[in-house]
Amino acid sequence: MSVLSSSIARKVAMALSALFLIIFLIIHLAVNLTSLFSAEVFNEASHFMGTNPLIQFAMQPVLIFGVVFHFVMGFVLELRNKGARNVKYAKFNGAASSSWASRNMIISGAVILAFLVIHFLDFWIPEINTKYVLGDMTGMHNGEFRYFEELQHKFVPMWRVAAYVVAFVLLGMHLMHGFQSAFQSMGFNNKYSSCVKTFGKCYSIVIPLGFIIVALFHHFNH
Amino acid sequence: MNLTLKIWRQKGPQEKGQMVEYKVTDISEHMSFLEMMDILNEGLVAKGEVPIAFDHDCREGICGMCSLHINGEPHGPDRGITTCQLHMRTFKDGDTIYIEPWRAKAFPVIKDLIVDRMAFERIQQAGGYISVNTSGNTQDANAIPIPKLDADLSMDAAACIGCGACVASCKNSSAMLFVSAKVSQFALLPQGKVEAADRVRNMVKQMDDEGFGNCTNTGACEVECPKGISLENIARMNREYLKASII
Ligand code: HEM
Ligand code: SF4
Ligand code: FES
Repeated sequence: MSVLSSSIARKVAMALSALFLIIFLIIHLAVNLTSLFSAEVFNEASHFMGTNPLIQFAMQPVLIFGVVFHFVMGFVLELRNKGARNVKYAKFNGAASSSWASRNMIISGAVILAFLVIHFLDFWIPEINTKYVLGDMTGMHNGEFRYFEELQHKFVPMWRVAAYVVAFVLLGMHLMHGFQSAFQSMGFNNKYSSCVKTFGKCYSIVIPLGFIIVALFHHFNH
Repeated sequence: MNLTLKIWRQKGPQEKGQMVEYKVTDISEHMSFLEMMDILNEGLVAKGEVPIAFDHDCREGICGMCSLHINGEPHGPDRGITTCQLHMRTFKDGDTIYIEPWRAKAFPVIKDLIVDRMAFERIQQAGGYISVNTSGNTQDANAIPIPKLDADLSMDAAACIGCGACVASCKNSSAMLFVSAKVSQFALLPQGKVEAADRVRNMVKQMDDEGFGNCTNTGACEVECPKGISLENIARMNREYLKASII
């Protein structure tokens, strides 16, 4: 990992993995949103995503690598940074000079990670099991596509909906700081930076809110 | 006004330190913060106690020696000033004030409130200069045309006094603002471009070797910096570093 031996290289790698996740979230949300108005479209889209070889065997491994890289690197950086101050201040007024979100990326990140574990257990593992262990690539159950029904079923329990809401609020905070931070890390700071910041803030609200709406919608309409 | 001070006392680099409480009375609001410290020390000396060691030199905000972490912020609660420019009118009668040294593994405490900032010196030695021939036929710097904006930005970066408040304020003890100011002041000028790639590589390597943390762009350094050094310098250093690594 000699390319990642310098602090700046690690920061840039962190930013690149984050930008990749940011793009992924848009695609994921776009598919989820179709479930609000059409079970059919959602089924088609899910089936395409779940069976297209390019997505399954090229995009999916890259995505998994991106997520794992991002949070492993996040933890590594956090530990190193903690170690860079061996004696703590008796009084440290962090709020005077920086936002809560910027100082607690590891907390919002850890919550997102916990959510990802639930999310994988809920959707990803059963999918992989059905498709590649049981070998059922049809996406069918009782003669119909199963995706929409599975989705509705998952959002019945209140605890899961609550977990979704909490996780996405924290994702919003992660991105409130993270979006513009990724650009700064890559050396992008110029007259367009205020646009990046504004766009980042909109993204950090709209995308998590979209996911929350999908979860709430299916909780109350099934 | 009367104040309660909680001050870090530590006899030497290897000694264990602790916060010690002191009371000062009849402090004028017109006093500077360091004058208040002087009065406290005079009292300690009169009582036969060891005075509190703290760094200071010019006492007019230009040398970068003074370095107190006051009530949780480097150089105290005011913006754009050093500790020596801080006045007691910022505080109220009856206040409790925490006074601590800069905290970073790369800035070990020497005594009480004095920390060893040689790490900054070593980063400078790794590349914070330009190599010019001083044999008597040096080219006049004014003979080289430089766009006004570049000259201004370089001058802004050069305003850094190397105080270390950026490190002290950063939750990661990152020295990126300091190093980026030193990289930028040269990178922006034609004279600095010649050695730009080696400079940024070597200075960043030294910064990492000294044990400073990673920047997470919280922006605390920019807010606390007495000289208003901008985060744009960090982005510029990242660009310079990427350029130097790729080419
Ligand atoms: C889909 C989910 C996620 C997205 C979209 C995302 C996005 C981002 C972005 C944009 C940044 C800023 C990068 C930079 O400043 O260069 C960032 C930083 C960070 N992320 Fe995430 N993140 C996600 C998940 C996670 C997870 C699961 C963790 C687990 C711990 C995590 C931990 C961190 C940490 C600690 C940082 C700060 C690192 C630094 O700035 O040096 N993130 N993230
Ligand atoms: S960048 Fe600002 S805070 Fe940091 S050493 Fe220079 S003057 Fe001090
Ligand atoms: S004593 Fe010189 S800047 Fe404060």
